[in-house]
Amino acid sequence: MPLKHVPPPARDPAWRGHLGGALALLVLLWPLGVATEFRPWTLFEPQSLQVSGRFLGSFWPLALDGEFLALVARETWRTVAMATAGVALALVIAIPLTLLSTRVLSLSALSGRMAAGPYALRQAVRWLMVVLRSIPELVWALVFVRVVGLGPTAGVLAIALTYGGMLGKVYGEILESGDAHATEALLRNGAGRLQGFAHGLLPTSAAELTSYTVYRWECAVRSSVVLGFVGAGGLGQQLDSAMKMFNGGEVASMLLVFMALVALADRTSAWLRKALG
Amino acid sequence: MAQPSAPPAPATVPRPTHLLAARRKAALFTLALLALVLASFGSLDLQWAQFLSLDAARRMGRFLGEFFPPDLSPGFLGKVAVATWETLAMSALGTLLAAVAGLLIALPASHLHGDGRAWLRTPTRLVLNALRSIPEVVWAALLLISAGLGPFAGTLALALHTTGVLGRLFAEALENVPPGPAQALRAQGVAPNRVFLYALLPQALPQLLSYTLYRWENNIRAATVLGIVGAGGLGQQLAFHMGLFHMHKTATVLAAMLLLVALVDGCSFAARRWLTR
Repeated sequence: MPLKHVPPPARDPAWRGHLGGALALLVLLWPLGVATEFRPWTLFEPQSLQVSGRFLGSFWPLALDGEFLALVARETWRTVAMATAGVALALVIAIPLTLLSTRVLSLSALSGRMAAGPYALRQAVRWLMVVLRSIPELVWALVFVRVVGLGPTAGVLAIALTYGGMLGKVYGEILESGDAHATEALLRNGAGRLQGFAHGLLPTSAAELTSYTVYRWECAVRSSVVLGFVGAGGLGQQLDSAMKMFNGGEVASMLLVFMALVALADRTSAWLRKALG
Repeated sequence: MAQPSAPPAPATVPRPTHLLAARRKAALFTLALLALVLASFGSLDLQWAQFLSLDAARRMGRFLGEFFPPDLSPGFLGKVAVATWETLAMSALGTLLAAVAGLLIALPASHLHGDGRAWLRTPTRLVLNALRSIPEVVWAALLLISAGLGPFAGTLALALHTTGVLGRLFAEALENVPPGPAQALRAQGVAPNRVFLYALLPQALPQLLSYTLYRWENNIRAATVLGIVGAGGLGQQLAFHMGLFHMHKTATVLAAMLLLVALVDGCSFAARRWLTR
């Protein structure tokens, strides 16, 4: 029997539903637009166009004189150094917190339920980490700039606190998701908790822990640029002041350097994580 | 007569070359890491003395003491509520714009036909990488020049950065769609735009939606701090009141930020648990 040719429908058979959905979405979007003062046409008013045009026009030629490039190189290094020092201090915060909060390392939990005291301690440490990491590093930096003054100290401390909380939480998750048999066997046979950690937990999840730390370092490089905007030094601060002086050439050069830096950190971190397996 | 068989060669244990290589690699990695950390701490003029001194501790204590009690007058709480809504609206609208723009850019950025050349793929991916590598805060600071102070600049900044992120994820999702349905439609002579609408999009939609929701969650967090450079929302209130030393009001805004982030974390945790149940 020959197949009868059915011509395909000329229009979407479900067009009513699609149109209705689109209209409902627009109605829902209205209050969002009002709240965010979303008025794209203001971008194209002659005055605004003139200002943006002049700023964008000044991006070229790039600022490439020797003195400026030396400054950019110095500030770029400071940005990387701030991130590295911050992550190093974050480790100093995160490792003890992780050891305190890991459930696998509890001696009392070996025989059924964890005792009340250790449970409360672990819960308290967890909450501390939640608080540390839910305050964004930019806010920490804003606070520390008040206390220690402008400069990289505030940035390093901000990264250390936020990342300390973040690393501690994820380390805990990694350690608890791994195989706990070896550790349990060690603890049951009278090993100490530190021994249990060093010989049971650490070897099974060392690669994962290192790889996550490298990834966080990459994130820290990115956020240490942003911290410069509140006065923590580095590339961000120079970028901020160049923007405020409408110095387009310098802004463009620094943006390019920044993109290169991020790409480099990205590559380094990807390569390291691959090498670690 | 049978020759006495030669005594077996002494069994030499082969050198475990791969283990030695791994150990050498680990040692090099550790050394490089130590050098980087030491160089970072050495080159930053960190003011530990100032930070760890009794005087600094006193200043810090006074600073924290000034936060209490937070300003809970109904008028101010109303303002904070408005700013919170503004933050949420910025993140939602920014994410939505980014999803639309990301999908539009993802089409040329993905290799959709088995035999097509997709010559736009590399240039559009470069654009996406550039958008992605500049953080939201830097975008916001740049956009303040054309869009002026306020949430509009923040929304656009979120949209630009997120377009870079989502565009890349969307392109990968579209490339990973099973090619059967699209090929069937193409074989019938259906035009490319309809192939996209009726074969590719419905297949990729769940993945695209889940990426968008994930970025929205991130953007709520980002939107709370964007305002610190003047781009609206809770961050702008924080920077404003902190700049004028209204410490009680600063405390309220900080509390609102923490609450918002905690709420988002809680919702996303619950949603994930519900989805993976």
